Amino acid sequence: MTRRTLLTTLSAAALTVTPDLARGQDASPLDTTRRWGRLPNELGARSAAERPKRTPSPTSSRTPLQDLHGTITPSDLHYERHHAGVPVVDPRAYRLVVHGMVDRPLMFTLDDLKRFPAATRSCFLECSGNFGGQREDVSPQELCGLTSQSEWTGVMLSTLFNDVRAQPRATWFLAEGQDAAVMTRSIPLKDAIGEAMLAYAQNGEALRPEQGYPVRLLLPGWEGNANVKWLRRIELGDQPFMTREETSKYTDPLADGTVRQFSLVMDARSVITSPSYPQTIEKGFVEVRGIAWSGRGMIRRVDVSADGGRTWKPATLQQPVLPKAHTSFRYSWEWDGRPTEILSRAVDETGYRQPDMSALRQVRGRRTRYHLNPVTGWTVAADGRVRFALQRVRA
Amino acid sequence: MTRLVAVVAAVFTVTLASAAQSPPKPVGLGTPATPELIAPLDIDVRPDGAGLPAGSGTAHEGGSVYAQKCAACHGANGEGGTADALVGAEPKTVAPFGPDYERWRGDRPDVPFTIGNYWPYATTIFDYVRRAMPANAPGSLTTDEAYAIVAWLLAKNEIIAESDPMSRETLPRVRMPARSRFVPDNRKGGVEVK
Repeated sequence: MTRRTLLTTLSAAALTVTPDLARGQDASPLDTTRRWGRLPNELGARSAAERPKRTPSPTSSRTPLQDLHGTITPSDLHYERHHAGVPVVDPRAYRLVVHGMVDRPLMFTLDDLKRFPAATRSCFLECSGNFGGQREDVSPQELCGLTSQSEWTGVMLSTLFNDVRAQPRATWFLAEGQDAAVMTRSIPLKDAIGEAMLAYAQNGEALRPEQGYPVRLLLPGWEGNANVKWLRRIELGDQPFMTREETSKYTDPLADGTVRQFSLVMDARSVITSPSYPQTIEKGFVEVRGIAWSGRGMIRRVDVSADGGRTWKPATLQQPVLPKAHTSFRYSWEWDGRPTEILSRAVDETGYRQPDMSALRQVRGRRTRYHLNPVTGWTVAADGRVRFALQRVRA
Repeated sequence: MTRLVAVVAAVFTVTLASAAQSPPKPVGLGTPATPELIAPLDIDVRPDGAGLPAGSGTAHEGGSVYAQKCAACHGANGEGGTADALVGAEPKTVAPFGPDYERWRGDRPDVPFTIGNYWPYATTIFDYVRRAMPANAPGSLTTDEAYAIVAWLLAKNEIIAESDPMSRETLPRVRMPARSRFVPDNRKGGVEVK
């Protein structure tokens, strides 16, 4: 049998089997020991039985947190948020210009950036507008699917700034993308320089187009919008540039009548990803699972309540716990069949405790939209149906 | 012994300090970015007016440009549509949020956040309109069109007069009503919810 006839035979076999599989009517399940499977190929794909999907809107798509295990988000499921679509950037034509308050304004090709000493870092990336808890029938994806995690590789911004000889008077820099919004943010240099990276790789391969291919700014722990994608220009200066995205957007009106600006760090948060809407659970053992993260460092603790917040018990954190990274937590629970509410609450290494919505509303007022990280959870009805605990966030 | 430790520590500190002062040797990649290369990319405009180009426009001129290129998404009078509301001078005495606003609003519906009641810098409007608008043809406006649209938006928000021309001289001098409300981030982690 030649390779070609083997392949033909195999694909013909697959064709005859697939409809039965899809209908689930085959009384004798496919015996995989009686037929060769697919031979090695160029590009892998998920099992046909696994269909995790982002949920797109005109401006963003959300990660299916409830379908994931562990903390790394598969690259094709990383959330998206962009302001004028995903540009197609030719890597050969790509240039990054660094200028302003520098002694040596320079232009870099993609190859230049890849030749610099490299660094790798796993961290979460979260849109600061990541709160979708307005109904009882929301899944973790709809509630807070604008957070994802990758292992990023690139050149440290400090390395690049050393080469351009950033001037001591430079206190801010503008990061500018080459999308159709020519998206810009001002970044405080001193706060960013320690960990900022120009990332060209994500989870071991080149960035996905929607993540800024070929190069994006990565600011671990800072709101997603500041991590400018399709980066074309960095200008160093001695004051913020006051772009639209840091004045009319991504600012926080507070209860005292002021507007908080450059609120870049993402505060600690957690979410139970299972059980969650639209699951139905059964009496007995339930492992409560979720993720927690903080833009200020490591998650120190996650507490879980299975009685609507009356008592809290520490969940087990999956090691190693990384700073500014999604951290898996798990809590063993015996459900007795009575209606209840399960909640999670993160504490980070600064001692910050994820607040209730009522506490957030008290200091930030009713009309604030960004950086909402309240304690959330799920109600469990007597029939086992799980719904988003809406009353908890109706402060 | 103690003195010896102190001396060694002092020498070590001085060595560290001098090492910190001399930056690492550059890797030496990249090519010089000439002013000619930078200029077409360098389109940002700062609150002090740095980056504003020569040119000008008035609200009168801006009205027709706005009707033609902006109204379809932002509404005929900037009241919003498929895109953000841009015009709205109210509330004039309080912020459009917070307890004073709730008293001012009473039973009326919320006002949107607009250029008039929320945007802290007039230069931002020019920067954004020129770089990203209109959404169906970003970057296509002439400098004068951008100034005229900015003038129209500022006049509609009752911040400048209809006849005031906007240019690199006048725009940075426009004082926005919400300017003084903006404060830096005071969150620092720890126990307090901010």
